[in-house]
Amino acid sequence: MNVAEIGTKACAVNPLKSSPALGGALAFLGVDKSLPLLHGSQGCTAFALVLLVRHFREAIPLQTTAMSELSTILGGAENIEQAIGNIFERANPKLIGLCSTALTETRDEDVRGDLRSIMLRHPEWNDLTVVHAPTPDFAGSLEVGWASAVQAMIDALVREERQTRILRQVNLLPASYMTPADVEAVRDVVESFGLSAIVLPDLSGSLDGHVPDEYVPTTLGGTPVDRVSDMGASQITLAIGEHMRGAAEALERRSGVPFKVFDRLIGLEAFDAFVETLIGLSGRPAPEPLRRERSRLVDAMLDGHFFFTGRTAAVAAEPDMLLAVTRFLDEMGCRIGAAVTTMKSPAAAKVPCDPVVVGDLDDLERLASSGDCDLIIANAHAAVAADAIGVPLYRMGFPVFDRLGAGHRVSVGYRGTRELLFDIGNIFIDHQTEHQPYQRQDREVASDASVISA
Amino acid sequence: MLKQRVAEAFNEPGCATNRGKSDQDRKRGCSSAALTPGAAAGGCAFDGAKVALQPITDAAHLVHGPIACEGNSWDSRHSATSGPQIYRTGFTTDMSELDVIHGGEKRLYTAIREIADRYRPAAIFVYVTCVPALIGDDVETVCTAATERFGLPVIPVDAPGFVGSKNLGNKLAGQVLLDRVVGTREPEKTTPYDINIIGEYNVAGDMWQILPLLDQLGIRVLASISGDARYHEIACAHRARANMVVCSQAMVSFARAMEDRYAIPYFEGSFYGISDMSAALREIARLLVDQGAPADLLTRTETLIAAEERAAWRQISVYRERLQGKRVLLYTGGVKSWSVVSALQEIGMTVIGTSVRKSTDDDKVRIKGLMGEDAALFGQIPAKDLYRMLAGDEADILMSGGRTQFVALKTKTPWLDINQERHHAYAGYEGMVSLVRQIDATIHHPVWRQVRAPAPWDKPGAGQ
Repeated sequence: MNVAEIGTKACAVNPLKSSPALGGALAFLGVDKSLPLLHGSQGCTAFALVLLVRHFREAIPLQTTAMSELSTILGGAENIEQAIGNIFERANPKLIGLCSTALTETRDEDVRGDLRSIMLRHPEWNDLTVVHAPTPDFAGSLEVGWASAVQAMIDALVREERQTRILRQVNLLPASYMTPADVEAVRDVVESFGLSAIVLPDLSGSLDGHVPDEYVPTTLGGTPVDRVSDMGASQITLAIGEHMRGAAEALERRSGVPFKVFDRLIGLEAFDAFVETLIGLSGRPAPEPLRRERSRLVDAMLDGHFFFTGRTAAVAAEPDMLLAVTRFLDEMGCRIGAAVTTMKSPAAAKVPCDPVVVGDLDDLERLASSGDCDLIIANAHAAVAADAIGVPLYRMGFPVFDRLGAGHRVSVGYRGTRELLFDIGNIFIDHQTEHQPYQRQDREVASDASVISA
Repeated sequence: MLKQRVAEAFNEPGCATNRGKSDQDRKRGCSSAALTPGAAAGGCAFDGAKVALQPITDAAHLVHGPIACEGNSWDSRHSATSGPQIYRTGFTTDMSELDVIHGGEKRLYTAIREIADRYRPAAIFVYVTCVPALIGDDVETVCTAATERFGLPVIPVDAPGFVGSKNLGNKLAGQVLLDRVVGTREPEKTTPYDINIIGEYNVAGDMWQILPLLDQLGIRVLASISGDARYHEIACAHRARANMVVCSQAMVSFARAMEDRYAIPYFEGSFYGISDMSAALREIARLLVDQGAPADLLTRTETLIAAEERAAWRQISVYRERLQGKRVLLYTGGVKSWSVVSALQEIGMTVIGTSVRKSTDDDKVRIKGLMGEDAALFGQIPAKDLYRMLAGDEADILMSGGRTQFVALKTKTPWLDINQERHHAYAGYEGMVSLVRQIDATIHHPVWRQVRAPAPWDKPGAGQ
């Protein structure tokens, strides 16, 4: 349908991307009692940490191997070993998610091999699982790192054999752009069919903004590590977004669990497809509350479609989120005037806009301005672009650091789609194109002479 | 080359901690202790260099590296500007795998050209991050060529993250300014009242609480290094009569070098707290008069101080009773520690402990003098201990930076941001009044009673 066009600039101006290592860390944050560890200089961790804290407004457990110039040149195995030792003593996590960075990948370290010999040397770390996810910053973005970490966990924790299938157990692999509240909403729907879902990663357990009774140096809540190995016994894997295909395939390769990739869960038709699958899997009819929710979405679409018609939106997001949001807008009658994404991807090719530009927020500003757009949908960094061209911004994606409750917004499923529809529809209502008043030249003017005295 | 510069940065006769070290320890630098794998916190040298230079508002700041360095960090600091906006724009070469394999020099050169053509900034600072340092990109040569070709200063900032801490990055940035910017231009005029303010980054507009006072005294800030700065001003900074260093440990080398090279005397001071603010004004006036400014500056300064102090105290007195004896835990770095301690004590609050992880020995002596010998001085407080202290109700408020914000909030303890992400200006007399107002509003906020109350099912005698 379209060709993703790579921007021709050498210099990214106001980048849209966050790093793959950050995405990897975020995925590990969806596992219970885990602690992500970035293998790089301490700045790699500090920046990622600050950004995650600003987005979620939560304390984020995240550590660093604190690589120096010397250890980078000589190899970082010693730093990894020290880091694991210190984390083990201080935080005692069940899982450490080791994400590489551009720094360590440039040297092409054999982290996997190093890790194996380190773990052999330390039988006292028996209960600790260390998973290594390759997440070089020079290849891809947050979405890629997230997918890489999920696949790494599956490769490390799911046994390589066909297991007895557990009836009614399904795997759910959420997309990187799904908020903790999104994850919860989808899981609730899956479970409403009497299915039990193993969600990996499960941010709804760890980053949903709860106030624990005591200090925990690791994540508190999320997918239990033991449950990850149980994924090999599920009936099916439901993967959300094209970027989760690799992880779903890995699971099938290891344990024969078939999978289905849903390119999105935003929009009526898209979620209908998901629900149909659940009906087939469970052999049960859709529960009454879900039917009611669908009906409410249908009603919202009837009420709201007027306000989307004839409007134009510019959207910048990672490929799978871009696809989900632009398809939904398209289905509501809103034109996509500009689409900017972070990299080439099969998802980008299905976006209803031509071209889809691989670029930055500066490209978004330029395209939105020349394409006469009424609305920008992008992360919080796009506020500058939106201000510059005087167009409202609806914040979605990562990071959103200037709004409360970034992690609590729901935009998937029937209910989430309805909320998204209301949010965006209300912006369109606020910014209706007003007619320029026409001033009649020959209008009769009142004067003292025109008053007929009594 | 970089190695040598790092070693030089660690050799600081102006720093008391440094003087007290053996040669061996000195070589190791001042931050090696903080870099423990698996137990480290804090930014890298690149971060520190960017913090120190980015407030130069009419320059473009181009980060040469893969996406993490700029993509994860831009648009996060609140260093305010009174004019140019270009410094806020996030520029990065966003190095790809191919750049790593073939070298990133060509892309860097083109990126510089794009910025020069499209924005015409006063200068372009090019930050070298770990990956280009590792693959040996010759950034220096690229910058020299670009300077000639495009006719504007293109300045390499060689402070890749892996050489050390944020603090070291501050120092390396100072060195860059000294070696490549200061003294490259001449001001149109000079006055006997010209000073530089060094190490003040105009976070939340802090500088703007100070400048009106200096204006009233006829004191001109020739260059601010680097809050709300313009490139040209820093290039002319060598013509100032006196230097004030605000964020002591990081930028004292800069001030000492200016003393060596240009015979500009300096002092270390602070704009936080009423008595420190007054002391800073007095010291500025004294140095300028020593350097030949008319002596009436001293009396004018005293008159201003008296009036400002009176006004500030009048506004603060409203809160004094409400804050008397309230316990503060202060967790911040460097000069802010002692300076805020004395400020809080001035209004009758009890500082139960303060961090000194970035403070010099002089700072520590000063804090002990203020808080007494058995004052609790902390290095890095592990989050776990911080949680325990706050959960154990050892403090009525935590004042710190964003990193520890959620540790405090999860214990339902009032928290106030005093670091770079904050939105309120706390410098100067006005700033102090505003700080006191914020502390009061934070401690006495109606939310605490509600969030601390037990849930209905946790109340004594609640039914199941």
